[in-house]
Parts: sequence; structure tokens; C-alpha cells
Amino acid sequence: MRTLKTINCGETVTVVKLSGEGAIKRRIMDMGITKGTSIYVRKVAPLGDPVEVTVRGYELSLRKADAEMILVD
Amino acid sequence: MAIKIALAGNPNCGKTTMFNELTGSSQYVGNWPGVTVEKKEGKLKGHRDVIIMDLPGIYSLSPYTLEEVVTRNYLLNDRPDVIINLVDASNIERNLYLTTQLVEIGIPVVIALNMIDIVRKNGDKINLEKLSKELGCEVYETSALKGSGLKEVTDKAIALAKSKAKTIPQHTFDNVVENGLAQIEVAVDSIISNKEQSRWYAIKIFERDEKVLEQLTIDSSIKQKVEEIIVACEADMDDDSESIITNERYIYIGKIIKKCLNKKQVGMTTSDKIDRIVTNRWLALPIFVVVMFIVYFVSVSWLGTIVTDWTNDTLFGAWIQPAVGDFLANVGAAEWLQSLVVDGIIGGVGAVLGFVPQMMILFFFLSILEDCGYMARVAFIMDRIFRKFGLSGKSFIPMLIASGCGVPGVMASRTIEQDKDRKMTIMTTTFIPCGAKLPIIALIAGAMFAEKSWWVAPSAYFLGIAMVLFSGIVLKKTRLFLGDPAPFVMELPQYHVPGAKGVLIHMWERGKAFIIKAGTIIFVACGVIWFLSSFGWNLQMAEEGDSILASIGNVIAPIFAPLGFGNWKAAVATVTGLVAKENVVGTFGVLFGISEAAEDDPALLAQVASMFTVISAYAFMAFNLLCAPCFAAIGAIKREMGGWKWTLIAVGYQTVLAYAVALIIFQLGGLVTGAVSFGPGTIAALLVLGFMLWMLFRPYKPVKKEKVLSAGGQVNV
Repeated sequence: MRTLKTINCGETVTVVKLSGEGAIKRRIMDMGITKGTSIYVRKVAPLGDPVEVTVRGYELSLRKADAEMILVD
Repeated sequence: MAIKIALAGNPNCGKTTMFNELTGSSQYVGNWPGVTVEKKEGKLKGHRDVIIMDLPGIYSLSPYTLEEVVTRNYLLNDRPDVIINLVDASNIERNLYLTTQLVEIGIPVVIALNMIDIVRKNGDKINLEKLSKELGCEVYETSALKGSGLKEVTDKAIALAKSKAKTIPQHTFDNVVENGLAQIEVAVDSIISNKEQSRWYAIKIFERDEKVLEQLTIDSSIKQKVEEIIVACEADMDDDSESIITNERYIYIGKIIKKCLNKKQVGMTTSDKIDRIVTNRWLALPIFVVVMFIVYFVSVSWLGTIVTDWTNDTLFGAWIQPAVGDFLANVGAAEWLQSLVVDGIIGGVGAVLGFVPQMMILFFFLSILEDCGYMARVAFIMDRIFRKFGLSGKSFIPMLIASGCGVPGVMASRTIEQDKDRKMTIMTTTFIPCGAKLPIIALIAGAMFAEKSWWVAPSAYFLGIAMVLFSGIVLKKTRLFLGDPAPFVMELPQYHVPGAKGVLIHMWERGKAFIIKAGTIIFVACGVIWFLSSFGWNLQMAEEGDSILASIGNVIAPIFAPLGFGNWKAAVATVTGLVAKENVVGTFGVLFGISEAAEDDPALLAQVASMFTVISAYAFMAFNLLCAPCFAAIGAIKREMGGWKWTLIAVGYQTVLAYAVALIIFQLGGLVTGAVSFGPGTIAALLVLGFMLWMLFRPYKPVKKEKVLSAGGQVNV
């Protein structure tokens, strides 16, 4: 199973599951990344981290370390 | 009985603009009790008995951030009569997530579908009737920026508050979850006093919300029963309860969107196009540098200098001071009174107020950067660097603002969710030279480094940034800050042209804070210093050398002797700098008997030059830039830290570090240039430097690893 961290820019993927727990997981879900959501990986910041994704019609940035918690297909 | 309307919504949905439109100038800004979250309330224009409460911008009602908890507690305990929920129509899907939670609290909700003009411009259509039916509350289109639709929303809200109508949540979860919720509602029925809130509590208990479980005293037998219900649901749905609820909410929103939103498929929006360039892999950093350069060139170097010179030389120097002097002489005021007013007060405060126009220009730029959405990109671009130093990319924003003034800079740290990151930012942000420290830099540069002074100001910024990074690395390893770095999950809002009104209000609010500070603290401080420096212990007017201040200065001067400025004037200036940094210049002016002394006054420069050597002047400047900030900033630190303990830690750390750095600069710098000979001071400086380097490079052992180690040890036994 791939994680969001490994996805290249320009790809669109679907969320399968979120690992982790507590505040970070809740925060990611509150921002709209839930099971079945489609995520478009838009770009990587100039210094290589964080990444910018389009989810539910808006732009969200998250760190690669947190993107690793998101299992995608 | 006054009607209370609560304004709730996501960040970046135009809530501040709407609040300003609704309340006009009748705003009261304070803090929520016990926490550091800003609380704003005001009276609705044209309705003296309607109070609008601006709640913090939040994405959810989870128990994990201060803002969310404050909002929850307010809605549950203070029970406003009605909620106006602002929904950004151009970002409706995520915005409705909060709506699904707000309607469960048992307070009537009206939805203001804001930024509707953007939706129309994009060619999208939202079916209000269907949306209203699906959500169970009235929906109105508004544009806070243009002021349209606001009357309809507030009229409806007032009517709802008067009729005591209820908003009934239309949303139902999956049958399994609904079953579980119903069982929980029955199980805890006796504990929930307000039946309107029972669904909200049932859901929170189902989510195992720590804050709610703490607040409700549930019997252990009931607790066990509830836990069984939750576990059964979790097994059924193959997820944890918190995720089940969040998932279900978004599934429900997805259904609504399908029914109500008719999105016209377009290519890239203007915002997308801008973003493509602004955060482009190769262009982002150059653009960032250019933006920062423009801000600083205009507000500090070019336009800022012009207006500051005009204020100092023309407004104060040529108009106010002679006029006041003549007036006092004409009415026959005593000589000491003339001296107090003209030299003490106008002399001190004048130099400071000369800064206001410059500060306003800086705030103007920062407001534009914030309002147009670039600030969030700054955090996005800078995160990688800042994270290494125990800070968040969002720490850049407070630090950038702190380069204007430390007070709003410290206050801007509120945008950082994670407690440790925020504390670290507050502790280090005032190392960045603020606008009020610029005169100190200009004074030292002008007095000591006249020929080559171009490098002095940049070196001061470099020193500040170096100390931020040093502190980040060192403090991260201390017991105070051990732990995981904060999550960085941040919305990048759409770019939009900032509203002139909003920018001006923003600029004025920040500028006003500075003027008030100048008009109160600095005014008093200048009066006190004038008194202490003009009077001897016999309370007769005396020469400065015999004044009360001189003897105080003489007592504390030896403390600064190892730093190279152990004379009483420098010592006194440093102390008054704690009252307000600009005072360092003002104090020198007063002490040298130069009234209305600006930092580029030739007489002042000559006097200061005679007092220092090149090295000791730089050490003096470094100490004053890094040590405890002015009292206003210390006040802001206390507010943001939420108590004296952390305030004292922050201020103490800053002062000790400043002393160490100044010691190293003077002793070792002096040794290299031959200005200082080898002695105990050199040894002390070397020891301090060694200690700092050890702190910097010693290995970083997170707490977690120790736990793993001890667990491993037990296995071996």
C-alpha cells in the first residue's frame, strides 16, 4: 500500500485509510481527508517539504511526515 | 434583555470583515477568561440591544486546539440566542463540516453563505432552497466585503432569537452509529441537565472526547456500558469512533453538495495561476526575497526615512517644540517646568513618535500580505527551515511582524496551534530587531561606524536571526521543549485583492497600539527619567553628574563593565530601554542635554561616540537588541504565555543570552582587535562560548527513546 508521501506531483489518488491517532489524525480528518476522498498532489514546496494538495476543492499543505499517515490507492 | 448573536466560521471565510461591517466602531477586544484567545464583541449597528460575539475562526469543534475548546465552551455554557454561521461559498464542502457540528448544539443557526460574489464570478450555482432544507436552517447569500445580504441575515437571526425556534439537525449517521448514539443518550440521560444538548453530548461521548468526559461525572458502571456500546460500533464499522463520526459527516456533506452545487467546470482560476508562479519550485524563494525587500526598502529605508525625518525635524523640531517653549515662557512657567515639558517629555516622546509614520507604512504592507493570502504561502515556503529549529513555518509570520513591532509579533504567534511551537516562537521572536530598535542601531552605526555603516544594520538582523536559530536548537533539547514536532496541516487560502477598508483598519489598530504605548508608558518613563536626571537626592535641580539617576547608574554600571559599557549613562540607557527600546535614544538625548534628539542628531552622535569604543558600542547594541524586550512586549508575552512562570522563563532566558553574547563580542572581539587585553573577562567569555557550543552540538535525546531503552532493560532482566 502506498502512502501520500510517495505520490508524485500531478497524480490524483484516493484515501484508503489513515494510520496514527489522536490530535494529528483528527486534524487531518477535520480538514477533509477521510476515507474515499480524492486527493490531487499539486506541488512540493521549493525546499522539498511540505506538499500542497487539492482536497474537497481547496488547497491544503501538509508535511511529508504527516502525509505518511495517509494510505492511498 | 439583550440578544446575543454568535458569529462562527472557518478561518479565511471573511468573518473579521463581516464583524467589522456589522458592528462598526463599537468593538470591544479582550481575552477569553483564562486563555490566550482573543475575544471580540460589539453592538450591531442600529440595534443597541443586539450584541455580536465574534468567535475564533475554527475548522471543527474537536477538543484539540484552544480556539475550538473556547468556542465549544462558550456555545454550551453561555448559550448565545442564535448562531450566524459564516460559510465560504467558494469553499463550501469543508466549511459545511463545521456547520454539521454547530447545528447539533441546540441553538438556532442561520447560515450566511459568504463570498457569494466569487462563486457567481466562477459561474457556479448553489441552490439555496435545497441547501436550506438539507441543513435544516435558513441560508442567505452575503458578501461581507461588499456589505450585501448582511441585513437579511441579521434580521432573520434576531427574529429566530425572539421566536425561540430551534434548529433541528437533519443529518443522521449510519444506522449502527445512530443506534449506538440513542443507547448512549438513554444511558447518560440523568447527567445531561439541558435536554437540547443531549445529542451533542451523546456524539462527544461516542467520540471519547476527553474534555467532555472530564466535565461530565459519569458513574463507572455507566461508563463501562457506554464503552461497550462504542466498542461494538467500532467493530461493526472497522474504525475508531472519532474517525467514524468525521467520515460520516463528510459523506453527508458530499451528498448535499451533489444536490445543491452546480459547479461549472473551468480550468485554472486566477488564484491558481498566481499560486503557480508565487510558490513555484524555482521562483518561490526569489519572489519571497523580492517581496521582503520591497517591504523593507519602502517602509524602512526610503519612504519611512522621509516621513520620519519630516516628523522629527519639521513637526517636532520646527513646530511643536518652539511653540510649546514660547508658550511656556510667555505664561511665565517655572524654568524646571519648561525643562520638564520641552526637554524631558517632548524630547523623549518626540523621538519615539517620529516612528509612528514609519511603523504605519510597515503595518500597511504586513496587512496587505496577510489579507491577500501571501502570509500562508510564506509559512508553506519557510516550513522546512523553521521546523529544524523547533519552530513551525508559521513562526515566520510572528517573526516578520516582530521586525515591525514585537508586541503584535508576539500576538501573531496565536496562529500557531501547537503549544510548544508557540512558546518557542514567543521566546525567540523578539530577538528580531523591531522598528523601535532601529534607532539604537542607527545611533550606534552613525556614531561609531560612520564610514562603513552600511553593514551594521544587516549585521543586527543577522545576529537576531542567528540567536533565534541558536535558541531553537538549544531549547528544543531542554526539558521544557522535549517532544514531537507539531503537525503542520494548513489551509492555503485563495488569493484575493485585499479590501482597502480592512487593510486600513488593520493598520490603524496596530499603529494605535504603538501610539498608546508611546503616549502612556514612554510618556511616564520620560517624565521619570527627566526627574531622576534633573534632580539630586536633596530634590533640588542638579547637574546630571550629581543626579539621582547618576547614582543609580553608578551602582548598576559595574554589572555591564565586563561587556565594555560600564559607565552610568550607558547603564541607565539600557535600563530605560527595558521600559521601551526607543528610550535608549531618548535617554541619551536627555542625559546629554540635547532636546528632541533623533538618532541622527550630529550632537548626539558625537557625544555617544566619545563614550564607546567600536567594540564596546557593538556589544552595547547587541545587548540592547537581544535582552528582555520593552514592558509592552513583556506584557504581550505574559498574555500569550498565559502566566508569569513562562513569562519569567522567556524574559530571563533572553537577558542571560544577551549578556553572554555581549560578553563574547566585547571580550573576544576586543582581544582580536587588540582593544582588550587578556584577563579574567577573556576566560569567562571563552567558558561561556564553550558552554554555548556544547549546548548547540550535544546530541539530541528525545524522551521517547529513553522509554524504549528502559523497556528493553526490563526485557533483559
